[in-house]
Formats: sequence, structure tokens, C-alpha cells
Amino acid sequence: MSERTDQIGDRPAGLELQRREFYSYVSGVVLALILTLVPFGLVHFGHAPVTTVYWVIGCLAFVQMIVHFRFFLHIGFRQKREDLQLILFSAVLLIIMIGGTVWIMGSLAGRMMLPLQP
Amino acid sequence: MSTASIVYDIIGRFTMHSLPFYDMVQNPTKENLINGSIAGFAACVAVGGLVIVVAGITYLKKWRWLWSEWLTSTDHKKIGIMYVVIAFVMMGRAIIEAILMRAQQAWGLDGGFLSPNHFGQLFSTHGTIMIFFMAMPFLIGVINYVMPLQIGARDVSFPVLNSISLMLTAAGAILIMASLVFGQFSTGGWFGYPPYTEAHFLPGVGPDYWIWALSLSGLGSTLTGINFAVTIFKERAPGMKLFYMPLFTWAALCTSIMMIFAMPPLTVATAQLALDRYLGFHYFTNELGGDMMHFVNLFWIFGHPEVYILIIPAFGIYSEVFSTYSGKALFGYASMVLAIMCIAILSFTVWVHHFFTMGQGPSINAVYGIASMLIGIPTGVKIYDWMWTMFRGRVRITAPMIYAIGFIVLFVLGGMSGIVLANPSVDFQVHNTDFLVAHFHNVIIPGVLFGLIAGYHFWFPKVFGYRLDERWGIFAACCWTLGFMLAFFPLYALGIMGLPRRTVAYAQPAYVPLEMAAFGGALLIGVALLSLLIQLVVSYLHRDENRVPVGDPWDGRSLEWACAAPPPEYNFPVIPMVSDRDAFTAAKAFGTAYLPPAEYVDITLPKNAAMGPVIGALGFAIAFGLVWHIWWLVCLATLGAFATMIVRGFARDTTKTIPAAEVEAEYEQWLEVVRAATPVTRADETRPVNQGLADQTALGAAS
Amino acid sequence: MSQEVFHYPGLNLGKAHPRTHAIAQTTIFGFWVFLMSDAILFGLVFSSYVTSVHATAGAPGPKQLFDITSVFAETLLLLASSFTFGMASLSMKYSHSKRRLVGWLVLTLVLGAGFLGLETHDFLTMVAKGGAPEHSGFLSAFWDLVPLHGLHVTGGSIWLICLLGQIKRYGLDTRTKLDIMRLALFWHFLDIVWIAIFTVVYLAGLA
Ligand code: HEM
Ligand SMILES: [Cu+2]
Repeated sequence: MSERTDQIGDRPAGLELQRREFYSYVSGVVLALILTLVPFGLVHFGHAPVTTVYWVIGCLAFVQMIVHFRFFLHIGFRQKREDLQLILFSAVLLIIMIGGTVWIMGSLAGRMMLPLQP
Repeated sequence: MSTASIVYDIIGRFTMHSLPFYDMVQNPTKENLINGSIAGFAACVAVGGLVIVVAGITYLKKWRWLWSEWLTSTDHKKIGIMYVVIAFVMMGRAIIEAILMRAQQAWGLDGGFLSPNHFGQLFSTHGTIMIFFMAMPFLIGVINYVMPLQIGARDVSFPVLNSISLMLTAAGAILIMASLVFGQFSTGGWFGYPPYTEAHFLPGVGPDYWIWALSLSGLGSTLTGINFAVTIFKERAPGMKLFYMPLFTWAALCTSIMMIFAMPPLTVATAQLALDRYLGFHYFTNELGGDMMHFVNLFWIFGHPEVYILIIPAFGIYSEVFSTYSGKALFGYASMVLAIMCIAILSFTVWVHHFFTMGQGPSINAVYGIASMLIGIPTGVKIYDWMWTMFRGRVRITAPMIYAIGFIVLFVLGGMSGIVLANPSVDFQVHNTDFLVAHFHNVIIPGVLFGLIAGYHFWFPKVFGYRLDERWGIFAACCWTLGFMLAFFPLYALGIMGLPRRTVAYAQPAYVPLEMAAFGGALLIGVALLSLLIQLVVSYLHRDENRVPVGDPWDGRSLEWACAAPPPEYNFPVIPMVSDRDAFTAAKAFGTAYLPPAEYVDITLPKNAAMGPVIGALGFAIAFGLVWHIWWLVCLATLGAFATMIVRGFARDTTKTIPAAEVEAEYEQWLEVVRAATPVTRADETRPVNQGLADQTALGAAS
Repeated sequence: MSQEVFHYPGLNLGKAHPRTHAIAQTTIFGFWVFLMSDAILFGLVFSSYVTSVHATAGAPGPKQLFDITSVFAETLLLLASSFTFGMASLSMKYSHSKRRLVGWLVLTLVLGAGFLGLETHDFLTMVAKGGAPEHSGFLSAFWDLVPLHGLHVTGGSIWLICLLGQIKRYGLDTRTKLDIMRLALFWHFLDIVWIAIFTVVYLAGLA
């Protein structure tokens, strides 16, 4: 059941692709490293107000997730339609579920004076 | 080491008290005698049923056949049939329990005959079974059978996974059956709210049975959802665009997507409850920062989409039934598709309506209440579309049509009571009363159950090659409809009069007449179920007169009617080309149905796999061990499950080939049957002359 | 052909492995759907965690329990293992020799094991400091979320070991290639979940 592993007709194009894909991983890892170092540094060494820190690390994490999707999982707009739809649909549902939960349980905690707010 | 601890190591927390007779024998009070006899009788039926089945198979020497033709089969059609069999068995048990509950309440003025604990087990098993082990397997079974045929595929995308899902569901069902014999089920209802279901209040095995049965079935359903969704996206016959798919397939797609995304919250909720009970976590406990409202929230993030997982396939079935028995294309196809998509998405945004009274802010209730009411709009669109489908059609009143018409009338009523409940200020008054019980049975019986039974009638001839008896079918349908109305309309009134749900006894004489009426209705439903059974037997005995080998008894419109009844293992000798909606109607109109293909090719199919039954058995063993704290069993079975998966990873030779010559021979033989058959008009479709070949010359047949 | 269309998420084998590439469309799509279902699972556990952060009930909280250096090391290990798995995928696609592929996979496995080792060490330290799950709602939520990810990584590692076995037994046949592609997705996906964990649990907890 084996198949020939190397059947790239026009070698230059194949090589070009290979190089591009290699650099995709490399740039991914470099970007991810930066996006990791900054928030860790901010929390460990910084003295910024807590809310600011929350916002900054939240945004950086979001960007890092996109970096991983883009460079490690190769998700982009050249995706087949159903793949992209699936990811976006899942994202929407995640937002509905997590957002709803936080809203509902937060409101409940506030009204019952549970220790949800610090 | 004491003997007691050795015994505990071997059989966990099982004791003589776990047997249903034991308390009755030890302490024969009147109450214990009645409850013990009922529970003991049920246990005997379960054990006796098992013994009869096992003995029967052994006597007939059918074990090998059962194993190789059914249990290890990866054929989506056989898997579908097995799902439906599970559903019918479980339905039998749950309906008997329902009648028992209705009897208790009918005589429940200042007492009744059941103990509160027993009554609590009854509504818990009834609800759990009906949702997870009746409705889910039924609809998954029907989708399994029909959907691949409708899209012109040979099988689902992952046949072995399909078999695993089936066996996990079966394991869950067997676990619930085991609770009849060993120990007692939970009394926490079908949604098992903590803190009542925490170890502090219910230290016994009941909630554990509930947790692990749900986990098994939930896992199975998630995998099924993935399987179906991928199948519909990737395996459609060439030319079948998404908007050429039959409506049932659309419904299957929406339902599968909902299963994929709605099952995880259930998994999280039950897993966290299990962590609380087994490892002393504090998610939902009363102390140390636990918060039971988390459970409520998580459960209903799953729970609401779940009810739409149930109803959407039924909507799909009604769409097929209405258009086929009206001899017309479905009215408003695009609006129908759009409507189910809207319903599917909206259903993820309304879960709070199950706990308006929990204590969150009013703006939250307002938002979720309005979202709930919005679902009425797409549903209304569908109702009108179905009615327009019948309009000026040549409607034939067959058994499925009786269910379908009953559905339209009754479902609208049930839906309207739902819109009433979606108003938080009204809900505060009738929350957790019988009004709610009336509402959800009013949507779930005429909606889901009628749809599934209609589908069972509709596709039965395709599956087994002969039609079901029409007279008994119509009788059963009428009993279902009338019985439903008699059993549940009184509950609306009872709810408004203040009767809480799950009440074992009451002190208000005004309830009695309504309770009696409801009991009568429940009995009528029992008659309906019995008629379905008789119908099956009668039809089986008369199967030779009612054969429809050609496979198209109702002048069907989609591809599943294009092949023989029952279809060959590979469904289609060559994959059909599709260029329109209602592909088979088009083919009949253009005379391209029943033609031999230009060329036959070898067909590759998956081989049988023991993976499914093995994983199912190990899943059962893990769950049973967890329930009874038999840790050695849990460890062994878990290791076994891992080993099975690893070994399966090394399997390579997993397909078999059916040679083109064999396909050709089989197909030619069937074409011979087709040529010999006499076409029938719709007037004759329920008579023996109907061999499954539809007369295309009759007026309006091709419209 | 400079603009390759991606037929499925993840590294596309493309013309280099036409047969696997064709089957992968369905298989990988299916696996991706599973991942999305898993993502919902994680999302809900996250929402449990976020709504229980303050339910410490007198037991130690994040500031007393978490150790930023060790989390940082874990993060780097996991990121590195994502990269090495990427290299493994590339050598599967382009290289003739199994050796290089196996080398990258083994390296990934070592990094993953390192991550698990450090994480276990963290957990033990937490318990020693009074951070066992039965002490508070917050700790219960923590012990559901972070070990859940750890269990996924463990599962992935076991799968990886089995794959090495399959490569040894069958070489790189279609089935093995498909499995490697799926495991790659799984591995990268877990790294994404980890981003959320170190941000929401550790960094926000220590901020
Ligand atoms: C066929 C005739 C049926 C009858 C006579 C019946 C009767 C009952 C009764 C008496 C209860 C207890 C009500 C109470 O709490 O006071 C109940 C509860 C329930 N039923 Fe049915 N039922 C029927 C069919 C179904 C079906 C088809 C489903 C779902 C597919 C279903 C789902 C439920 C659920 C979820 C509960 C709630 C259990 C709980 O309280 O936790 N029932 N039913
Ligand atoms: Cu709802």
C-alpha cells in the first residue's frame, strides 16, 4: 500500500513551497516567542495596574492564538470554505457559551453577594 | 486485612440491600411489600428478558450469525436498525413507568401506593430513558439508515466509529437496565441537579448510574454527530449541491452539528459532578466555594439544544412525509432550510429559560426570554410551508399522514404554551408545575415521537422489504393522538391549579378528576404502543403479500427509493449523478430510473470490526465498576480499552472488495424484478398489488 | 503554481503524496470537527474556572500557589515541541528518509515529556502548599482545567509512541501518514489551549 513519496514534477516550484513552509514554522515560533515573553515579562517585572495588565495579556494571547493558527495550522483565507466556516462557527458558539456563562453567573454572584467580584 | 475489606475490594459497595427484594423480605410493611413487588417484578422482567434472549439465541444456534452479521457490522443500515431496536425496547420500559406514575398520581390523594423514593426513581429513569435512550437512538438510527441513501453514498465517512457509537449507546442503555436489578437509580430527575445529587445527600449508587449512563450515551452521540456531519459534507453523490439535498438530510446535518457542539457542556457538567462525588471536589456543593448554579447553567447550555437535536430530525421526517403523500414537491424548500438553520443557531442562545427563577438579573431573563420567543418565527414558517405543501396536492391519508397532521395541530398548541413560558413573569408562576410537564410532553410527543413513528412507517418497507399493516397503523396513530390529548391536556389545568411536577401525593381533592383523566390517557397510550407491537407481528406474518421488492412503494422523491428494498450492502451499484432536487422523481419523470449503468466496477467496503462491541463492553465494564466502586474492574477495563485502540491502530487490512461481476448479477436480477412488476397508482398503494413500482402515467404524478 | 489551495486544515501533503492527500480531505476534516468539539469542552471548563476564581473559601489562592518560572519553562517546552512537530510534518512531506522524521518525532516526545514532568512537579508543590482540589471551589476549578490539558498531552504522547511503533512496523504507509497529520493538528491545538491557560490561569492569577 505504499506510494512514491516524491513525485513533485517541477522541482523548483516544489522546493519553493518547501522553503515557504519551513519559514512558516520558523516565523511562527519567533512570533510566538515574542508574544510569550512580553506578557510573562509584564507580569513578572512590570508594575502596571492590574486592569491594564489583564487587557494587554488578553490581547497578546489572542494574537498569539492567531499566530499559531496561521503558521502552525496553516489556516488562512485560502482554506476550503467548509473548514473556515467550521472554525468561525465554533468561535461564535464559544463566544455565546462563555460570554453567556460569565454574564449569567456574574450577575447571579453579584445579586447573591457570592465572592465572584474580588 | 479483614474479610469485609477483601469483599469490598472484590464487589465494591454491593450488598444484599442492593437487591430489589431484600428490604421487602427483611421488613415486610405494606409499603415495602408494594414497592418491593413492583421493583422486584421489574427486575425479574429484565433478567427474564435477558435469559429468554440468550437462551433463544443459543437454542437457535444464532450466536455466530449475531456476531458476524450484526454486532460487528459496519454497515450503516444494520447499525441504524440496531439503534431503532434499542429505542423501541427502552420506549417500552419508559412508557410502562409513565403509566405507573400516572396511576400513582391518580390515586395520590393523601397517599397512593408508591413510596416517594420509588416514585422519584420512576420519573428519573423515565425522563433519562426517554431523552437519551429512546429519542436519541431512534433518531440516530433513522438518520443512520436513511441519510447515506438519500445523498447517494455507500456508507458514512467513518463506519467503524459508527459501530463504536452504537455500542457506547447500547452500553449506556444496558447500564440503566442493570439499575433495575442491582441497586437503585437516582431520584434526582433527568437533569440530576446538585447539591441533591451530591454524595452528601445521595451517597448511594443512583446518581452514579445516571452520570455514567449519560456519559456513555453522550460520548456516543458526539462521535455520531461528527460522523454524520462529515458524511454529509464529504460523501454526497456528484452533482448534489447542498441545496439539492432532501430536507431530511438537511435536518440530519443541523442535528449533527448541534450534537457536536451541545454534547460537551453535558460532558463537563456530569464530569464535574462525578469529580465532586468521587474525589471530593467542590464544584456544586453547598460549602467551600461550591456553587450548584454552575451545574444548572452548564446542563441547560446542553439541554436546550438537546431538545432541538430531537425535534429537527422529526421536522425532516415530516417534510418527506408531507411532500410524498401529497404527491408534490415540498413548498418553500429554501425557506425550510433557512428556518432549520435559524432554529439550530437560535437554540444555542436561549438556555436561561429553563432557570428564569434562579436569581440572575432581570435584563438577562428579558434577553433570553425574547430570544426564546423568536424561535417561534422560523417554526411558524415551517408549519405554513407544510400546510402549503398539502394545499392542492393529492393528499393520501395514510398512517404517517395521520401522525403528521396530528403533529401540526398539536405541536402548534405545545409551541404556543412554550411561548407563554418564555415570558419570565409568567414562568415565575408556573415554573416546575404540571403546566411545564404538559408543555414539554406536548412538543415532544406529537413533535418528536410522532415524527419518529411516522418515519418508522414510512421507511419500514425500504428497510425490510414489506409494508407495515395499514389498518393497525391507523388504529395506533389514532390511539396515540387521542391518548396524548387525554393524558396531557389535563396537566395544563393541574399546573395552573398549582400542582408541582414530580409530586408523589397531594391533599387537594380538586385534582382527582383531572388526574383520573390523565391516567385514562396514559392507558390509551399503552394501547397505542401495544397496537404498534401487534402491527409488527401481523405485518411480519403477512409479509409475503406485502412485499415491495422494487423499493418504491410510496412514489418517493429522493434517492433512497431508487434502490431495491431491502437495499444491497453497497446501496448503489454505481454512485448516481444528481442534477436536481427530488432526484428520484426527476429520474422517474425522464425515464432514467431503473436503467442499468454503463459499466460496473468493483466496490470497496469496510470489513466487519470487533472494535465496536469490544469498546462497548469495556465501556460498560468501566461504568459499572465506577458505579459500584469495583476498582479492579475499572482499571482492567480501562487498560483493555487503551489496548484495543492501540491494536486497532496497527490494523491494516480493513476493507473488502465486492467484484463487479457480483454487483452486476445482483443488479440485473433486481432489474428483472422491476420489469416484471406492475406499476400501481396511488389508489392502490396500500394493497398487495403494490410491489414498489410507481405508475408514472397517472395524472399529476410528475408534478 | 505558487498559490496552493489548502484542501484541509494543517500542512497539506499536496502533490507529493497524492493518494494520502485525497483521503486526508475527509479524515482531517473529521478530526478537525472533533477538535472543535473539544474546544467547546475546554471553553466551558474555562468559563467554570473564570467564574470560580474568587471562590477560594479561605484556602490558598493563585498568588500563594503558582510559580511563574516553572510555568514559563513549561510554555517554552510546549512551544518548542510544536515547532519540532512542524519539522516532523515537513520531513514527512519532503524527505526520503524515515530517520529524520523519527528523529523529530522523538524530540517532540522528549519535549512533551519534559512539559509533563514539570507540570507534575508543579502540581505536587501545589498540594504540598495546601492547594489540593478538595479545599475550595477555586481549587476544584483549577484541578479540572489544567490537568485536563495535561491529560490531553499525555494522550497525545501515548499516541505518538504508538505511531513510532507503526512507523517501525509498516513504514510510512497511508494510514501512518494520516495519523501523523492528525496528531500534528492535535499537538498544535493543545499548544493553543495552553496559551489560554497560561494567560487566564497563571498570568492573570499572578498579575
Ligand atoms: C408516552 C407517554 C408518556 C407519558 C404518559 C409520560 C408521563 C410522564 C410523567 C407522569 C412524568 C412525571 C411528571 C411529573 O414530574 O410530575 C413524566 C416526566 C417526564 N417525561 Fe414523560 N411521558 C410520556 C412520554 C415521554 C416522552 C416521549 C418523553 C421524551 C422523549 C418524555 C420525557 C419526559 C421527561 C424528560 C420527564 C421529566 C422527568 C423529570 O422530572 O426529571 N416523556 N412523563
Ligand atoms: Cu429550552
